[in-house]
Amino acid sequence: MSVLLPLILLSSLIPGIATFFVPEERARLRNTLNLGAALVKTSLVVALLVGVSQGELYEVRVALLPGVEFLLHADAWSLMFISLSSLLWLVTTLYAIGYLAHSRQRSRFFGFFSLCVFSTAGIALSGNLITFLIFYELLTLATYPLVVHKGTPESISAGRKYLAYTLFGGTLFLAGVVWLTAVAGPIEFSATGVLAGRSDLSPTLLQGIFLLLIAGLGVKAALVPLHSWLPASMVAPAPVSALLHAVAVVKAGAFGISRVVYDVYGVEFSAALGVTTPLAIAAAITILYGSTMALFQDGLKRRLAYSTVSQVSYIALGTAIAGPIATIGGIVHLVHQGLMKITLFFCAGNLDETLGITKVSQMNGVGRRMPWTMAAFTIAALGMIGVPPWRDSCRNGTSATAPWKAVPTG
Amino acid sequence: MSELMTGPALLAWLISLPLLGALASIALKHGGRWPALTVVIVNLGLACLLVASTQSAPLRYALGGWEAPLGIVLYADTLSAMMIGITALVGAVVSWYSLGYFAPGSSSERAFWPLWCLLLTALNTLFLSGDAFNLYVGLEILSLSAVALVTLSSGLEAIQAALRYLLVSLMGSLCYLLGVALLYQAYATLDLALLADVTGDGVLERAALALMVAGLLLKTALFPLHFWLPQAHAGAPAPVSALLSALVLKATFYLILRLWFDTLTEAATYLGALLLGLLGCAAILWGSLQALRAQRLKQLVAYSTVAQIGYLFALFPLLNDPRVADAAFDSVIYFVIAHACAKGAMFLAAGNILTAAGHGRLADLRAANLPSAITLFALAIAGVSLIGLPPTGGFIAKWLLLQSALQVGAWWLAGVVLLGGLLAAAYVFRVLAVCFDVSPPPTSMEASSQRTIVSAGRQWSALILALVALALGFLAAPVLDLFDANLVTD
Amino acid sequence: MNTSLLFSLCGVALFLLGLYVALTTTVMLRRILAINIMGNGVFMLFIASAYRRGEDGVLVTDPVPHALVLTGIVVAVSATALALTLVCRLHELSHASHEGPK
Repeated sequence: MSVLLPLILLSSLIPGIATFFVPEERARLRNTLNLGAALVKTSLVVALLVGVSQGELYEVRVALLPGVEFLLHADAWSLMFISLSSLLWLVTTLYAIGYLAHSRQRSRFFGFFSLCVFSTAGIALSGNLITFLIFYELLTLATYPLVVHKGTPESISAGRKYLAYTLFGGTLFLAGVVWLTAVAGPIEFSATGVLAGRSDLSPTLLQGIFLLLIAGLGVKAALVPLHSWLPASMVAPAPVSALLHAVAVVKAGAFGISRVVYDVYGVEFSAALGVTTPLAIAAAITILYGSTMALFQDGLKRRLAYSTVSQVSYIALGTAIAGPIATIGGIVHLVHQGLMKITLFFCAGNLDETLGITKVSQMNGVGRRMPWTMAAFTIAALGMIGVPPWRDSCRNGTSATAPWKAVPTG
Repeated sequence: MSELMTGPALLAWLISLPLLGALASIALKHGGRWPALTVVIVNLGLACLLVASTQSAPLRYALGGWEAPLGIVLYADTLSAMMIGITALVGAVVSWYSLGYFAPGSSSERAFWPLWCLLLTALNTLFLSGDAFNLYVGLEILSLSAVALVTLSSGLEAIQAALRYLLVSLMGSLCYLLGVALLYQAYATLDLALLADVTGDGVLERAALALMVAGLLLKTALFPLHFWLPQAHAGAPAPVSALLSALVLKATFYLILRLWFDTLTEAATYLGALLLGLLGCAAILWGSLQALRAQRLKQLVAYSTVAQIGYLFALFPLLNDPRVADAAFDSVIYFVIAHACAKGAMFLAAGNILTAAGHGRLADLRAANLPSAITLFALAIAGVSLIGLPPTGGFIAKWLLLQSALQVGAWWLAGVVLLGGLLAAAYVFRVLAVCFDVSPPPTSMEASSQRTIVSAGRQWSALILALVALALGFLAAPVLDLFDANLVTD
Repeated sequence: MNTSLLFSLCGVALFLLGLYVALTTTVMLRRILAINIMGNGVFMLFIASAYRRGEDGVLVTDPVPHALVLTGIVVAVSATALALTLVCRLHELSHASHEGPK
């Protein structure tokens, strides 16, 4: 049954490639293809969930190089991340079809959109560092065309900034992965961490590699001071901002950080190395900085972006604190923030398209004109803040006040 | 017939067939492309046969039954088979592209096909010959046909570049020949296998190796001997640029590899390898920086070749280190074939863009006057392979290079390679950003407003080469298995 | 110093002389001639190597270098021809482009 894993990947790769060949005016064909693929993928993920819950083991190994394997596997974390991404893909595809109904280059857009989801699924299912690296870089490449989709000078320069940050991060990550592979052999993810038992490696070396890996992943996870691509890339169309910049890309970074801390180094070993405290400090600074910046943003999407900067760091913080409860908190937060943030971005997109509102200061009375949108916005915003019953509010942050500021005007 | 085609006689066919094709192509004035195309296709088949038949043991063929030291011996192991194979593949795709590129019946079309057959003859000779002087003749045929191909674009700058290319090549060949003469004076043989047995690490061998390698470096355009390359490669017609960048440079690199690690092994010192490695690093940085500053598309691609040649030489110190020699050799193989495909695709795509937009000024290119998405995908995939991002052949090569560099603690090398990747990303995305740019071009742009349609064959051939570079990223294990002989490392 | 060594040294000297001029001159025709002289130096070295002592100490002449030099001369002639053609074309083109704007 391990064939399920490649099938899940192919269920977004093949439609993605096929979409490029759909003529621009065949909107119905394109929509059917994309929605169908999203549905197929969701049902495959459900089958995977069922299989794993019955105790089946899913694993695919292919030799990539002598001594290096391409490894896909499914554990609890992959399941959580892949369920989130396939569910949100379905929703976002629906939204994007409506949002881009009169836009140009839709085949190109949806093609790269599917490739992004393909990379995200790959990140979720990857079972060793090099497989993770492959999909991580692929995600960078597939998101670039979406960021610059509008083709205006503004979006081109935002795309340049996005690439400069993410490719730099990717290079650091590559350096870390290669280095670790060179000194310790191929690294497979395991629930207890694979480096914990390796007494032959010097701690200083491992600390250095940890720094490289986390710095590389921290770019996508938008840790301060590596975050500034995220607000800049908000020039992209709303569905892109929603799925990719609030959910897929930044979550891929956060997911990678958890993988490195838990599955590569191991919680206790990384605490013993003394590398978790700096990570926690960086995450804490990011949370405070992101929230503060969000308060001063007038642009709605930029405000949401800064909110993401701070929110995603909760996951990193939960990882760094590294207690069992903090971990569960971090993971729940990953899912929860994904759901809520995507709603907020959809609402922001609606406001922009329908009323031309892009700034918080223009939002007076908007609740009367678009009641449903603002109702959704309010629910999501309350969710972000951590008001019961939306979330077990074990860690509300100041960042939550950012959307809150927007709501009363509605 | 089957015996003729599968045994060692295959080696003779690989050289004589393109030569016959060239002659037939000259003889048939107006249909010159047909014999040439036949040759290219048959050559591809022969190359596949060669790859298959070298798997068990190397092939050896004494021409005319005259054994060395008097006669000339042809020799093929898996490395030569790989070079022949990649040459045949890239050559076939470029030929398909050329069908649409040159107007049928034009003087440049009539000149292109025989010259390209001659170039193929020279390439196959260089990969197969086991005789030092025969290699010199091969080098000269290579430069003469390559220079003549550059002159097919008849502008003043192209002729200037071609003349400079010719003179540099001649000097390089003569340097090589001087080294051969020294060896002959001492050992009275030209056969590389015999030389490998008798040569030691004396002053004479070192001088000969230094001269031969220096001459070949000049032709391979390793920094700082690359000065002739950008104009020649950027000035030539697109299919010619693709052939020069993808194949011709690799042939001389292959000879250096052979001399260094097979023939004059004992004379080759670690210090020399380190020097080549440092020059390679300098080439990576300098070539990438120049590509970033380039004003025109083909100039950018040509400078990227300068940088990519640097990676090949950066591996020399690692190839000399027994701990990682195997991985480094795999990396060399991958750099050679991935770059051949990616750079070929990139030049072909650049040719399409030039035709469609009517000019190659990067600052004035906009999405509106680019060819269709097929070309742009070819450009993007080839670019990604050049940067060395997954999942392409370039990534595999870079991964192997980094891994072996870090295993022996060559931090400086890993650092340069990572930096080179970032610089490559910067120049590749300078071009790719154009594909999305819908802003109006600068006002001085009335002349190029008309848009020429680029034929489908030209677009698909570029994409196919790019897809090969992509597929190499997935197929690393079987491909390396096919070509991985331990000839260099032991 | 025997004859063979003298010829070899002459050959190397010719090569170096040609190399020096080829690198320093800016006149194309001179550069082509200099490269030809380089080539002649190498050929001389080959000819010198034909005169050697066999294994039993008897002086023999080796025929192979003569064949090599003949081949080399043919190659050098064709390369020079191509270079000269290119110089002529260059001259015509630069002449035309100088005339053009008038």
